[in-house]
Amino acid sequence: MGEFKVHRVRFFNYVPPGIRCVAYNNQSNRLAVSRTDGTVEIYNLSANYFQEKFFPGHESRATEALCWAQGQRLFSAGLNGEILEYDLQALNIKYAMDAFGGPIWSMIASPSGSQLLIGCEDGSVKLFQITPDKIQFERNFDRQKSSAIRKMIVDRQYMSVSKRKCIVWGVAFLSDGTVISVDSAGKVQFWDSATGTLIKSHLIANADVQSIAVADQEDSFVVGTAEGTVFHFQLVSVTSNSTEKQWVRTKPFQHHTHDVRSVAHSPTALISGGTDTHLVIRPLMEKVEVKNYDAALRKITFPHRRLISCSKKKQLLLFQFAHHLELWRLGSTVATGKNGDTLPLSKNADHLLHLKTKGPENIICSSVSPCGSWIAYSTACRFFLYRLNYEHDNISLKRVSKMPAFLHSALQILFSEDSTKLFVASNQGCLHVIQLLEGSFKHLHTFQPQSGTVEAMCLLAVSPDGNWLAASGTSAGVHVYNVKHLKLHCTVPAYNFPVTALAIAPNTNYLVIAHSDQQVFEYSIPDKQYTEWSRNVQKQGLHHLWLQRDTPITHISFHPKRPMHILLHDAYMFCIIDKSLPLPNDKTVLYNPLPPKNESDVFRRRTAHAFKISKIYKPLLFLDLLDERTLVAVERPLDDIIAQLPPPIKKKKFGT
Amino acid sequence: MTGAGGVASSDPSGVCAKMEEEESIRVVHCGGSELNFRRAVFSADSKYIFCVSGDFVKVYSTTTEECVHILQGHTDLVTGIQLNPSNHLQTFLVGPKLYALFTHHSAEDSVFVTINKEEPDVFQLVSVKLPKSPSQEIEAKELSSILDYINQSPKCIAFGRKGEYVAVVRDFYLSVYFFKKKTTSRFTLSSSKNKKHARNGFTCVACHPEEDCIASGHMDGKIRLWRNFDDDKKYTYTCLHWHHDMVMDLAFSVTGSSLLSGGRECVLVEWREAGEKNKEFLPRLGATIEHISVSPAGDLLCTSHSDNKIMVIHRNLETSAVIQGLVKDRSILTGLTIDPKTKALVLNGKPGHLQFYSLQSDKQLYNLDIVQQEYINDSGLFQIELTKAAFGCFGNWLATVEQRQEKESELEMQMKLWKYNKKTQGFVLNTKINMPHDDHITALCFCNAERCETLTLVTASKDGHFKVWILTDDSDIYKKAVGWTCDFVGSYHKYQATDCCFSEDGSLLAVSFEEIVTIWDSETWELKCTFCQRAGEIRRLCFGRLTCSKYLLGATENGILCCWNLLSCALEWSAKLSVRVMEPDPQSENIAAVSWSSEGSDLFVFKPSEPRPLYIQKNVCREEVQWGVFVPRDVPESFTSEAYQWLNRSQFYFLTKSQSLLTFSTKSPEEKLTPTSKQLLAEESLPTTPFYFILGKHRQQEDQKLSETSESELVQLPVTENIPAIAELLHTPAHVLPSAAFLCSMFVNSLLLSNETKSAEETPDDVDMEEEKESEDSDEESNFTEHVQITSNTDFREDIIHQLSKSEEKELRRFRKVDYSWIAAL
Repeated sequence: MGEFKVHRVRFFNYVPPGIRCVAYNNQSNRLAVSRTDGTVEIYNLSANYFQEKFFPGHESRATEALCWAQGQRLFSAGLNGEILEYDLQALNIKYAMDAFGGPIWSMIASPSGSQLLIGCEDGSVKLFQITPDKIQFERNFDRQKSSAIRKMIVDRQYMSVSKRKCIVWGVAFLSDGTVISVDSAGKVQFWDSATGTLIKSHLIANADVQSIAVADQEDSFVVGTAEGTVFHFQLVSVTSNSTEKQWVRTKPFQHHTHDVRSVAHSPTALISGGTDTHLVIRPLMEKVEVKNYDAALRKITFPHRRLISCSKKKQLLLFQFAHHLELWRLGSTVATGKNGDTLPLSKNADHLLHLKTKGPENIICSSVSPCGSWIAYSTACRFFLYRLNYEHDNISLKRVSKMPAFLHSALQILFSEDSTKLFVASNQGCLHVIQLLEGSFKHLHTFQPQSGTVEAMCLLAVSPDGNWLAASGTSAGVHVYNVKHLKLHCTVPAYNFPVTALAIAPNTNYLVIAHSDQQVFEYSIPDKQYTEWSRNVQKQGLHHLWLQRDTPITHISFHPKRPMHILLHDAYMFCIIDKSLPLPNDKTVLYNPLPPKNESDVFRRRTAHAFKISKIYKPLLFLDLLDERTLVAVERPLDDIIAQLPPPIKKKKFGT
Repeated sequence: MTGAGGVASSDPSGVCAKMEEEESIRVVHCGGSELNFRRAVFSADSKYIFCVSGDFVKVYSTTTEECVHILQGHTDLVTGIQLNPSNHLQTFLVGPKLYALFTHHSAEDSVFVTINKEEPDVFQLVSVKLPKSPSQEIEAKELSSILDYINQSPKCIAFGRKGEYVAVVRDFYLSVYFFKKKTTSRFTLSSSKNKKHARNGFTCVACHPEEDCIASGHMDGKIRLWRNFDDDKKYTYTCLHWHHDMVMDLAFSVTGSSLLSGGRECVLVEWREAGEKNKEFLPRLGATIEHISVSPAGDLLCTSHSDNKIMVIHRNLETSAVIQGLVKDRSILTGLTIDPKTKALVLNGKPGHLQFYSLQSDKQLYNLDIVQQEYINDSGLFQIELTKAAFGCFGNWLATVEQRQEKESELEMQMKLWKYNKKTQGFVLNTKINMPHDDHITALCFCNAERCETLTLVTASKDGHFKVWILTDDSDIYKKAVGWTCDFVGSYHKYQATDCCFSEDGSLLAVSFEEIVTIWDSETWELKCTFCQRAGEIRRLCFGRLTCSKYLLGATENGILCCWNLLSCALEWSAKLSVRVMEPDPQSENIAAVSWSSEGSDLFVFKPSEPRPLYIQKNVCREEVQWGVFVPRDVPESFTSEAYQWLNRSQFYFLTKSQSLLTFSTKSPEEKLTPTSKQLLAEESLPTTPFYFILGKHRQQEDQKLSETSESELVQLPVTENIPAIAELLHTPAHVLPSAAFLCSMFVNSLLLSNETKSAEETPDDVDMEEEKESEDSDEESNFTEHVQITSNTDFREDIIHQLSKSEEKELRRFRKVDYSWIAAL
């Protein structure tokens, strides 16, 4: 594995925004999650819960409701009074329509998917018709005098509103006429909609019950409380041979520390999210057929994309936040020590730059060039490029003005290794190649998307010699372009699972692709085929523990002097794959700790396999090689995130 | 297999007799047996509870707390009791080798018992088909196995709704057997191997009466409610968590709307609607809740506690009655003493308390809180132990010693002196002495002689001293008071004092210092003489009484019993006897000594003047006897046989290591019932008041005369003594009677003449009271008609009584006693 000097970076002060809404789509098995800053993320539950798409947030656009309609159309509504529809192909907002009712607190689609109903601050309920490419206002329901209507869920064309002294946070209407309400008094109540009478009441929490979601079969529902507990209710027969059924509270789950703002119920799992920023997917064991990846509890905290870029030459790290960028220079040391020692810093890390965005939009992507002289970032409608000048300790920043009109938004930005070229993936599916000159630029070429597809490219990789560019969208295969000849070289065959990371190896120009099902492929660009090693991997299969890992691989890099090594990492481990060693089979120990020193060479050789895994650094957001002997690892401990959240509801714990 | 027998009446010949040497005298358990061994069972009308108590079943009234019946029939521990679901007047009992018993409506002719298979710890639940027989004991041979490898405790087995399934828990799994499908589902707590969940083993189980819902209690204090358990995959459960220690028992209310749970916290928890937030508590119940049972009528529930107590609790969680037996869950350090005032047996009770236990009525009179500190129920804590107690001055003074020792060098000790207060009828703390000695107090005795002017108390201690404490005037300007102060400290060559004893007249004090006995003059505290036998440390000393007052007896740990003559200052005799208990009879010269060897304990009764014992009973019990005491009889017996004369004036009680309280008796426990509880049953104890002339026997005697008079038709009164309304009125203690207004109409109605047979008002509620006769009648009836179903119809008997005169009825009764079982055999 070799010895490295590791920069252990813990000053990336990233706090994910809290989750506001979750919406599950049964057709595509996807989950839409909206966060408090307006970001909407799409998780593909069929692809190991990979966060395959995201829509950047907007300061004025606090999402309050999220719903799927007509199959796979996603709508959101928020406090700015607008209804938005998202384009899931091009990854942008299709349109925004003002409902003219003040802030929108709730939204639901009719079961047929043809209508959309919203509840507004002024007490009005508005019905919209969903047309193939827009929504159209249809009618207004009577105004409610009480402004206590926070949220309503309308089902079967039937509207139900509960007026009480306490706030009803959510209602659900079942096909048998039962209305379930959850309220701020900590109660889950069952009402008869025909008579308007209370059937049963469950006091489940000392704090608010904030969310409810019912399964499609209406035999189970889930509620989330402000104490962070999620309760599962099930409809069970009173006796085994009678048809009489009753709702009983079954299992409580305490996976959150803060308010559970939203819950969803997929056929096989309970999904919850809240202020503590975790998205928790708790499978229902009785619904899971086989013990596979889906049978385990999943907790998703960090985005499945890179927020950090690195300038190897200047030892710089660029951190991307929602509305600003931070540039840091790594510290250095002159001390040496044994393996495992912590070396004292002779020079502390420098916070060089704090770059704030203009406008209310969140940053989508950012990058610093390998030479450290360029910084580029993009919001939903503007693209920025800066030139950095270093004079001893002083830095001057100059924005490159007059960006071309087509370059207004980017999903991914990448500099070539020699920092002379800039590659920009726009949300139209185009790839722009820009030649960078001292202080100015020149548009070289635009690779147009393949005919018929408008899928946005969100992952880019360039070969170190600058000849090849690989780009991948969310579902179609990886395209490889020849930068010299400015044409498409080849397309790697499409695979069922989305690509999570891409990289091109130096010298050999092998493209290494990681997918969300944890498969790793190696594709020879010159030969236009998978390499022998990759075929071998597919033939033999990967270790079952490797396939069961939680998080996708987010970054791949290579050792300049060891061509057989591939470095990759996810949030909980980093791994060096040594292609010269045999692959592990299911009987070998995958997570072998560093071999003890007194172990004989023979034994070591027998147990050695291609995967060298280290779990020292976690949660790991970024890891790369700075040079042959130096690694940089950016960690974000969960405790630091929790410390920045508002305090949770205090609960008396027995024995304290 | 001698299985279950319908026990309703009892024949006294079946009394438990452990060591039957002779017909007349035997060692018997005298009360104090565990009331909390199994769940108590309510009668159908919740007026009585049945609880298993040693070899018997005791029937208590839920209103008066009195024991109204003792059901006998077994000759060893009764291990289970159930009401016959199809006949409320019958109970089933099971004895040894069967470990639990269940009955259910759906299986009328069979019962379920837990039996032991060949291996020692393997138990099996089997169904036993009961052959149809009217006799009390029946032999059942048809066994069918239901579940194997179960827990022997009946708390781990529960029958579900309508008997459709049975749930059994053991270790980390729950098994449910469905009778219709004949299948078993098993649910294992998967995380049982996980360290964090290592304590989630099952402890008890209960089934919802109306829904398919099983509640299980766990070691970690959680309660799980299982549903959908007929589906191996879709089963689900929910957790209720309040208890911090293991859940000892669970019970559903009759309708199933609430679940009751209890444990070491001494708090009864009622979970309403199975909601975690919706719960009610009945706290401070005093001791660990061992069992919970619910009355079939749903109005009462009862909890059995580890301190041998049954509490009857109203449905609204208010305690209505406490049936307290002898508290036995702690070691007895104080020994057995008799309170001279109440004649109650006094010994350690609840932690830090002294219990006053009435031997007559087999119930606790009261608890005296000696330590007066909150008891914290936690393992690993060193508690304050009450080690000594003695009465002085005819019960006017009580001396107690309590101590707590956490480490060898840290001894905390207090001696307290309590004065009896006539007004409050209780003991009031008078003097508290911190660290009366530097080491453990080994003996404590009052000088109880009448001639003593000042009250004297002597304590002997391991610190080598004995101290004399006297009652002195402690008055000041505020009030008149008395208090105890140390008067004299004696020692002998720094030997540890092991026992002390006053002579009967109080003139001499004997203190044993290890191997040496010293005799002190109690007036001058001068050392008079010493005896030394070099036979090991002296454990027990006692003076002879009455004619034998010149003798001093000492028992050593090496198994030598010595008798010294105080006049000659010489050894009179000695015997090789490993004496554990030596108790003088306060009423005679007799001294009882109990020795122990590996074969068992032997009793010797002797007079100090004669080395030949008056009475020897070998092997009174298998275990070591720890304490014994003579209790003076209220009414002297008149045994003529010389061997038993020692029992004429006193009765000897002794306590074994396993805390069984035993005595010598000739009578059956039924006969031993106290006059007060007899009154409850007696029909003929009405005083001759004007009331009596209307209702009592007198009426019948006058009947003849009255019938001759012309008004006879007008005043023709019914035979009143058999009307339940009147019986109830007369037999219920006044303090639990409903208001007179309520009773009036019923009472007057009952006096009305009716030519018709019984009206609908004649409820069979009261039949338990007359159980004895009842079942005799029923048995007969079934024999005559060859009906095997035993009915509880009372009309039949009532009719006969109406038509028959007293003498005829007696005749008939005698006639009925004739055994007709041969008819069945034909």
